[in-house]
Amino acid sequence: MTQTDVRAVGSGLGRIEGPAKVTGQAKYATEQDDVQDVAYVWPVPATIAKGTIRRIDDAPIRAMAQVLAVLTPDNAPHLQPAEDGELAVLQSRTVSYRGQFVAAVVAQTLEIAREAAERLQVEYDVEPHDVELTQDHPTLYKPDQVNPSFPTDTEQGDVDEALGAAANLVDHTYTTPALHNNPMEPHATLASWDGDELTLYDSNQGAYSAQQTLAKLFGLDPAVVHVVSQHVGGGFGSKGTPRANAVLAVMAARMVRRPVKLALHRHHMFAVVGYRTPTIQRIRLGADAEGRLSAISHDVVEQTSTVMEFAEQTALATRIMYAAPHRRTTHRLARLDIPTPRWMRAPGECPGMYALESAMDELAIECGLDPIELRIRNEPERDPESGKPWSSRSLVECLREGAQLFGWGDRDPRPGTRSDGDWLVGTGVAASTYPAYASPSTATARAAADGRFVVRIAAADIGTGARTALTQIAADALRVSTDFVRVEIGDSAFGQASLAGGSMGTASWGWAVTKACTELREKVERNGEVPVDGIEVQAETSAEIEARSGYKYQGFGAQFAEARVNIDTGEVRVPRLLGMFGVGRIINPRTARSQFIGGMTMGLSMALHEEGVLDLAFGDYVNHDLAEYHIAACADVTDIEAHWLDEHDERVNPMGSKGIGEIGIVGTAAAVANAVHHATAVRIRDLPIRLDKLLGRLPG
Amino acid sequence: MTIRVTMTVNGEPLTADDVWEGESLLHVLRERLGLPGSKNACEQGECGSCTVLLGGEVVCACLVGAGQAEGADIVTVEGLGDGEQLATIQQTFVAAGAVQCGFCTPGLLITAFDLLNRDPDPSDATIREALAGNLCRCTGYEKILDAVRLAAERAR
Repeated sequence: MTQTDVRAVGSGLGRIEGPAKVTGQAKYATEQDDVQDVAYVWPVPATIAKGTIRRIDDAPIRAMAQVLAVLTPDNAPHLQPAEDGELAVLQSRTVSYRGQFVAAVVAQTLEIAREAAERLQVEYDVEPHDVELTQDHPTLYKPDQVNPSFPTDTEQGDVDEALGAAANLVDHTYTTPALHNNPMEPHATLASWDGDELTLYDSNQGAYSAQQTLAKLFGLDPAVVHVVSQHVGGGFGSKGTPRANAVLAVMAARMVRRPVKLALHRHHMFAVVGYRTPTIQRIRLGADAEGRLSAISHDVVEQTSTVMEFAEQTALATRIMYAAPHRRTTHRLARLDIPTPRWMRAPGECPGMYALESAMDELAIECGLDPIELRIRNEPERDPESGKPWSSRSLVECLREGAQLFGWGDRDPRPGTRSDGDWLVGTGVAASTYPAYASPSTATARAAADGRFVVRIAAADIGTGARTALTQIAADALRVSTDFVRVEIGDSAFGQASLAGGSMGTASWGWAVTKACTELREKVERNGEVPVDGIEVQAETSAEIEARSGYKYQGFGAQFAEARVNIDTGEVRVPRLLGMFGVGRIINPRTARSQFIGGMTMGLSMALHEEGVLDLAFGDYVNHDLAEYHIAACADVTDIEAHWLDEHDERVNPMGSKGIGEIGIVGTAAAVANAVHHATAVRIRDLPIRLDKLLGRLPG
Repeated sequence: MTIRVTMTVNGEPLTADDVWEGESLLHVLRERLGLPGSKNACEQGECGSCTVLLGGEVVCACLVGAGQAEGADIVTVEGLGDGEQLATIQQTFVAAGAVQCGFCTPGLLITAFDLLNRDPDPSDATIREALAGNLCRCTGYEKILDAVRLAAERAR
């Protein structure tokens, strides 16, 4: 072997598929030019929020030229029951939310399918709907657990008594709206049957779990279902599990006995692919005269659908952030006639930390303390609830080093007192956190006689840089240059593997790749040479991951924002954002920086723009496109920096790395809201921070 | 009714038959001419993922009727390089780390390519304004700005 001592991990290796993506050669789900004779599917969304389909008049549609089939609840294949109720596509005549698919048309061309779908007459028996989340909604209930399997409520000590006795008290309610993931690539599937074997080119965050889920749903042996996801145009959680597009595509391809493409329209996505639940969060903090917390209480109200339960773990971060002897968290759900909320980047931590870190800023003002000092005074030595030691925790260092880089030191704490021309100016800080999970995965590593290596794992690269990071990890374990290693991903045939979700992709896949490549290298070394037909090793990491316990594994960070608010118009600009993160070893600084900055920008977008606006009369998200659901554009972002500490954590996994895909969006909105308060003395507790919420309240 | 559309795409004369008269240029490129580089992400001209050059003008291909492209000269992301060698802007997108999921990338490349043709030394404000019609959900835009600055620098 051509051995090298140069470590690839830590280098800024360029994105492996970068050249393919800049030349238009990277093939996304529906772009397989070797699949011929393809038909097109267009779904029909429900136009009521609650009720029953009385009749679907599909005869005139079937008679249209080039229409191949109309799928309705009357003729759709019967599916096996699934835990995910959203997969029961066309299995009943019940309509559970507006936008739910009630039929689909398959045609020779996309335009005909679309036209036919729009002409299809569906008659309903309409029932009154209830779509509005309120703090005292009559259907509020306590779920058995919150996602994925955390206790719904936690309690230690006597919170009410401690709050009653506190020298400094904060008691406020913070609200966040529905947020929509909006990856740039809409969910898309190309389904192709070859006899009894099914191939799906699908845009998802895990080809293996998509294969397992869809095989079970259709009552198929997973061995005959092949899911390929080479390039995925973003997901942010919304492609974590298969969505209705994949189910409809499989049904349609079976029915017309041809391959079919189904690419959702942006409009469809606002109903059927999931979104972040709106939240109503009451935070109560009690502290002594020196700012030491005696009590932390976080009560969350959020929504789920009537299709299935989805219980976002919004108060999870509050359980671990700060020390306090008396503490309580609760989650209550309202079951509404709305689409099921699902995962969106940092589910739980993202909305929860907006509330907690806004409240911490308010408490700092109550106590007359610098908000960084308040956080440092309440740093817990161990995980406050479980008592476990941290595998590593660098929040204090992140706050201190970030403050230095940002120039926090000479900050005048008085709010609403600085201006620059027509602009009020302020700065804010908030903490970030995200767990460092890992999940068992399988990797195969193969040495060829020519000195090259191929590593296969059903990882997904949704833009994260997974393919590149895994190439670096493999090269180091093999002790060769990355030039000799090819990593193949995005194929269910490569075996069980973690999703690209929970910020655990690189940790989980990297662990399996490290194990397979280390074993392969040792085998090759023992053998002395690689025989003509190569040497192959497969490794699986269940035992290692099960053995990981005893510590709390968690990444931390600090984010700093400068806000400028126009005194006349209330327009908010954020000219500066700086993040400092403590997340173990950075595998690839180039792709990592993009992940942090991208997360922070999505957090900025959440702070200032994003809001799914519910139409109470029709029961749907009315701003269901990129014209009216605003996301940050190039001109919204100016000076944005991401930095990280040189954090060593030998306990977390063999790479010493914590996930970085989500922590960047955690805390950003609070940092911006805190900066807006510092600029204006106006506290916005209801995202997004729009000018109409500031106008009439600005000083001067 | 269907029409025949003939156009020059990336220097090559191409014809699409049986095109429904309401079909978009984007659809013809992607589904009929085997050029899926231009992406469909919003289909109403907001996100810029389908940006192409039509007769030298930057357009959202999703908003152009195929018939309007009859006889026109089109440049898509597939035509930016010369086959062997990437165009400078493609090279700098890779080098600067401006590419993540890659779905906005083709449109951004065409927009940036056009900007640098018109203004070889753009200010940051000019770059931001020019790219404001191209949405990206992954990168936070900073590395895209770097890529455009780097391409301008390399051209000097």
